Amino acid sequence: MLAYLIRRLFAAAVMLVVIVLVVFSIFFLVPKWAGVDIATSFVGKQADPHAVEAVREKLGLSDPIYAQVWHFFKGIFVGRTYAAGGDVTHCAAPCFGYSFRSEQAVWPVLTDRFPVTLGLALGAAVLWLVFGVAAGVLSALKRGSLWDRGAMVVALSGVSLPIYFTGLLASSIFVFGLHWMDGKYVSISDSFTGWLGGMILPWVTLAFLYAAMYARITRATMMEVLGEDYIRTARAKGLAEQVVIGKHAMRSTMTPILTMLGMDLGALIGGAILTETTFSIPGLGQAVLTAIKNQDLPIILGVTLITSLAVLVANLVVDILYAVIDPRVRLS
Amino acid sequence: MTAPLHEPAAEAAPGAAEEAAVAAADAKAVQGRSLGRIAWERLKRDKLALTGGVVVLLLIVIALLAPVITSLLGQDPDVYHESLIDPLFSTPKGSLGGISGDHLLGVEPVNGRDIFARILYGARISLLVGFLSAVVAVVIGTVLGILAGFFGGWVDSLISRVMDGLLAFPQLLFIIALVSVMPNEMLGLSGTGVRIFVMILVIGFFGWPYIGRVVRGQTLSLREREYVEAARSLGAGRIYILFKELLPNLVAPIIVYTTMMIPTNILTEAALSFLGVGVKPPTSSWGQMLSSAIDYYDSDPMYMVIPGVAIFITVLAFNLFGDGVRDALDPKGSR
Repeated sequence: MLAYLIRRLFAAAVMLVVIVLVVFSIFFLVPKWAGVDIATSFVGKQADPHAVEAVREKLGLSDPIYAQVWHFFKGIFVGRTYAAGGDVTHCAAPCFGYSFRSEQAVWPVLTDRFPVTLGLALGAAVLWLVFGVAAGVLSALKRGSLWDRGAMVVALSGVSLPIYFTGLLASSIFVFGLHWMDGKYVSISDSFTGWLGGMILPWVTLAFLYAAMYARITRATMMEVLGEDYIRTARAKGLAEQVVIGKHAMRSTMTPILTMLGMDLGALIGGAILTETTFSIPGLGQAVLTAIKNQDLPIILGVTLITSLAVLVANLVVDILYAVIDPRVRLS
Repeated sequence: MTAPLHEPAAEAAPGAAEEAAVAAADAKAVQGRSLGRIAWERLKRDKLALTGGVVVLLLIVIALLAPVITSLLGQDPDVYHESLIDPLFSTPKGSLGGISGDHLLGVEPVNGRDIFARILYGARISLLVGFLSAVVAVVIGTVLGILAGFFGGWVDSLISRVMDGLLAFPQLLFIIALVSVMPNEMLGLSGTGVRIFVMILVIGFFGWPYIGRVVRGQTLSLREREYVEAARSLGAGRIYILFKELLPNLVAPIIVYTTMMIPTNILTEAALSFLGVGVKPPTSSWGQMLSSAIDYYDSDPMYMVIPGVAIFITVLAFNLFGDGVRDALDPKGSR
């Protein structure tokens, strides 16, 4: 088990480095190939060449790309110093650099926005896991029934609806039509009940989409599992149906669900870009979208790193859970 | 849209799917029913899937004929009708977003462009990007998947690691980032053309590992089958085995995954345009219409509902048809 863990951790670390390299290449090599100069776009089109030169030197933009990547990593662990002539700025670890646009440090931006997104993702995940899996299991057990048909029609519609449409629709009905809520995001530190009230709509809309997917997968997996020989054996030896379904069938059904949960949760924690845009929630997704539109590399790098870390950690947790549920995994 | 049917991806149309699968099974074989025939007969009984297929065909026709239909109705997607806008609220005059005999789905707030015409033109972008990015994904995924499965060893390790890596990437983030750093002019294209081209490439690039995995897995199990061994013992070369023995047997899973991928890609395109990194205005796209509808969702809800429903119907039709094709081609299916 320990060897398995170490192997997974090592693979995750390698993956993180690869992701940083890829993001660097996207934002440094592609603009270069397209003939866009980052220092110029930082200062502004009408800037004088000296200012552009100073920025280039201070941010180390004329260094070779491997040196820039190295400085970036070094900054995260021990901090770094930006210097150009007499102009010196020290950035303490963990240093993710400064925004090209607002000149704020990136790290506080990340720590401010991370809890917002985490709350959104976790709340929605609880909802979709409970309702999606329950609906899927019921459908599989009552295959062909009215419930099954109804649930699957709803689920298929759910996966075909983009969140930015259901979100807008829900807002226009519940916020503007029925006045049940005011549709504003309230920080959890300002008011817990206000936060809960503001998050209900985003949670439900986001969970609806995923619950639809999970219900479809659960139903398909459950039906396959119910056809297995060991289920017949369990029934033949006289086990109660609840035990056959709850213990024997659920265990195999949950493995693919867990894999999906790891990937989905990881991706969402790293920024539910569409949900945050639709409901104006100030999370990581909104930060990165603004940064991408402004070509604000340090923010993009920071968020991408956090996102990738979230995906990797979530996958790691899932892999470990997997090994607990299914001992065969550890051996391979 | 149906013209470039050489790629497996485009074989989502029911007739083509059948032909390909029929060709896949040995035509001169015994009198039994081929896989394609069985699949087609199953599909014919699946009312929901057929409905989906018909809607998909209709959408393709509508997209192809968009200029003809709009000019027959005397509309143009880019003409402003400011006289139809209430100057006080800048929303359309009349009920339901200004729906009238002239403007079947009403007009946009502020400038009064005809929504029906813009929806028709938006269908072209959605379907074009949806289909072609699926083609890109299928071509890369099939080639690399077969190579990985067939050759094994370091080729397999390399390709598999790349696939795992791509699947673990925060994809939407990278798609947005890549699309937004691309230059405005390249390869003789400019403006909207570049955006569409880049979206097709990027969405396709992030989609190939899904098909690659399936193809690799299938190839791994197929290459150990007796018939491949038989071919080998008769002196067949690698290339012959790859194209004549393995590829035909991979057609079914490839068709299934392609039909499932198109709706996902359509949603991704709409999401990109919604986020403002997709097709640039004034070219119309459904995602972009939704994103401009955010500002009017209390005063002119129809402006939001129409493009949303357009996306919903399109994606649902593809999903229904895709589910039907999957069930029909599944040899384990008992229906």
